[in-house]
Amino acid sequence: MSSPKLTNPVARWIDHRLPVFTFLHHEMHEYPTPKNLNYWWNFGSLAGITLVIMIVTGIILSMHYTAHVDHAFQSVERIMRDVNYGWLIRYIHANGASFFFIVVYIHIFRGLYYGSYKAPRELLWMLGVVILLLMMATAFMGYVLPWGQMSFWGATVITNLFSAIPLVGESIVTLLWGGFSVDNPTLNRFFSLHYLLPFVIVGVVVLHIVALHRFGSNNPLGIDVRGDQDTVSFHPYYTVKDMFGLSVFLTIMAAVVFFLPNSMGHPDNYIPANPMVTPAHIVPEWYFLPFYAILRAVPDKLLGVLAMFAAIAVLFVLPWLDRSPVRSATFRPIYKIMFWVFLLDCVALTYLGAKPAEGIYVVLSRLCTVYYFAHFIILLPALSVFETPRSLPRSIGKSVLGGGNGIPAPAPAAAREKP
Amino acid sequence: MSDINDQPTRRDFIHVASVSAAALGAACVAWPLIDQMNPAADTLALSTTEFDVSGVQEGMSVSVVWRGKPVFVRHRTKAEIEEAAAVELSDLPDPQTDADRTPRPEILVLLGVCTHLGCVPLGQKATDPKGEWGGWFCPCHGSHYDTSGRIRKGPAPTNLVIPPYKYISDDVIKIG
Amino acid sequence: MMGRPQKLIILLLTVLVTVPIATTARSAESVAFPTQEWSFNGPLGTFNRGELQRGFQVYKEVCATCHSLNFISFRNLTDLGFNENEVKAIAAEFQVEDGPNNEGDMFERAAIPSDMWPSPYPNDNAARASNNGALPPDLSLMVDARAGGADYLYALLSGYHETPQGKEIGEGMYYNAYYPGNQIAMPSPLVEDGVEYGDGTRATLVQQARDVTAFLAWATEPNMEQRKRMGVMVIIFLLVMTGLFYYSKKKIWSDVH
Repeated sequence: MSSPKLTNPVARWIDHRLPVFTFLHHEMHEYPTPKNLNYWWNFGSLAGITLVIMIVTGIILSMHYTAHVDHAFQSVERIMRDVNYGWLIRYIHANGASFFFIVVYIHIFRGLYYGSYKAPRELLWMLGVVILLLMMATAFMGYVLPWGQMSFWGATVITNLFSAIPLVGESIVTLLWGGFSVDNPTLNRFFSLHYLLPFVIVGVVVLHIVALHRFGSNNPLGIDVRGDQDTVSFHPYYTVKDMFGLSVFLTIMAAVVFFLPNSMGHPDNYIPANPMVTPAHIVPEWYFLPFYAILRAVPDKLLGVLAMFAAIAVLFVLPWLDRSPVRSATFRPIYKIMFWVFLLDCVALTYLGAKPAEGIYVVLSRLCTVYYFAHFIILLPALSVFETPRSLPRSIGKSVLGGGNGIPAPAPAAAREKP
Repeated sequence: MSDINDQPTRRDFIHVASVSAAALGAACVAWPLIDQMNPAADTLALSTTEFDVSGVQEGMSVSVVWRGKPVFVRHRTKAEIEEAAAVELSDLPDPQTDADRTPRPEILVLLGVCTHLGCVPLGQKATDPKGEWGGWFCPCHGSHYDTSGRIRKGPAPTNLVIPPYKYISDDVIKIG
Repeated sequence: MMGRPQKLIILLLTVLVTVPIATTARSAESVAFPTQEWSFNGPLGTFNRGELQRGFQVYKEVCATCHSLNFISFRNLTDLGFNENEVKAIAAEFQVEDGPNNEGDMFERAAIPSDMWPSPYPNDNAARASNNGALPPDLSLMVDARAGGADYLYALLSGYHETPQGKEIGEGMYYNAYYPGNQIAMPSPLVEDGVEYGDGTRATLVQQARDVTAFLAWATEPNMEQRKRMGVMVIIFLLVMTGLFYYSKKKIWSDVH
């Protein structure tokens, strides 16, 4: 670990006793990063920044929010109407949740495409899946807090999933509710946990980054870094690139926050919760729809719930299902097609999750669910055996593509950088 | 390697411009995040209180809530008024005449918050200690106020504050 | 060499992400209704004060007899273009309960600007009892709380037609072309010339429907104009910042081969 040249004597005094500057210099400045990362690699840091935005706006909202069934809806409307810039902060937080999922889903699909879950990054991947699970729990409980109709019925339906567990299901649901229906005790504990879990996510993110820095980033070629000629220092190369990506992201997010702030919400959540009347057509937030579609595709209650959880659990064992030694889909002609089919399958499930569970939608949901699991459990392991990958370049720096496909010898890998 | 790469970043105008833009953006974002802690529109709308002083008997004190704090309304006796008016200004740590402190001598309106560290002084109830000058006594750190609410002894630096108020009819005051 | 496929992928992803979102926002069983031109549509839209004041009059004289407006207080009416004295005068027309006084009794007094708009009924059960069992919903969030927003409300208010042949309408229900299921418990609230506008506008039924819908759009989000104004500035700023970082990035990466 080399030390930064500290000119400020106070900084030097501190660093000698508590090497924070050396640590930051090492992990953020000189941290060698493959020089061929494309823009899909922006989404990791973007997810981190979105998490910070969510925590900051969330802490502020909690200063004005009242976690009580009689006051929650009203306190949210007070934030929207009377608190200075309250509308802005709430719209950022509400839409920020959606953007967090967009960013994280892209981050995950990038990992799937370029094989970032393969050795030696299995734990890095699994920690990421833990973050996804925590995000889902946090988002779900956050959506309950405004205590609108969708909040209430979403909480009722999702907590009722646990009643599928044999023997103890009903007791568990009563325990989750703290009563005999979703009510004030439920709202209170959801608020408490919604405040806690983001900080747990921060903890797991730290582990995620520690695991990342152990072997460094994967890259679009999926081959290991051979030496200095393959890397650039993180700063300024990737700091400036991340800042550019962040600016684009914030522009898109601002467009939604300021001009379409309710486009990703549901009108029914502007109606105060009413335990006596269920809205005609209840749907979860869009980021839960694929899993919701899988839940409904299975005709059995318990199996449906299990399938839904299995859809995420299967990601934990992905590094051992895909046995192909080649990481990047660039060099796996069949996997590349399978990746796009799988992505389409997920989009189809999202679409089907929003549709009423009737007619052709049920059939399509079942087909897509079967394909979702087949992709992981049958196709990927089989592919590891049958697929012949294309030959890999020798290194990132001198990426002479094997097989002489006409690209001149010093073809710059960085050419992929161009947006 | 990193040190070499640092060089161009310092010189280039474009980098200075983009980092400045980011800093400016961060500063602009900070304002809403801070301003949200200021009183909200509904809180500001509630910042006046009306009170009918005719109900306060001579020699009695009543506390009225204004902006979440007590306002003391005291119907002073003749003796108390004379005592307050007779004090030499040079005897006062915070010189102010009694006439300056109340437009109607018999009705004294004060913000019931000790100017030391914000406790509520005693002296509103008949059984309360009223301090050495017969006004109010703050039990937190021993400040004594006279019958005009002026500081006479103790750590408080200034007299009890007169809230902004006016008579909107003969007997009704509007505080705030 | 990778430029075009990458752009295609981004386009594809954007479409794939936004299409399901757009479809979830629309309720499946609602009836199609025509879209309208509103002054508050679009990224630069603002409210028309004259429309808002007329709409407020319609709400006050017609809707307020059954529908509450819980999140609006009298002081908010300054947004409609009324000055403080006018707001005080409007508030003073209403009696609100206050107390307890020194004797411990609740009492009625004239409303002041900081009071919330008084509800026509003391509680939901009283509201149901007076309305044939149906609860007139609170109107403060109507535009956000209904799929289709202002267009839907306008269509509903102007959508009371003769019951078509062969359509069965239940006891105490009314036919409406745009209400889901076509049967609504609220009788047509607006009638031609039902109110008399101060500004000389003719109070046709559709004019009233339009005005009161605009008023409800304001009541739903009184901060809308501030939001859009700020949004324009934020977007311009972010575009400049994006441009600066694009060139910064290009410059820094120019020495990497």
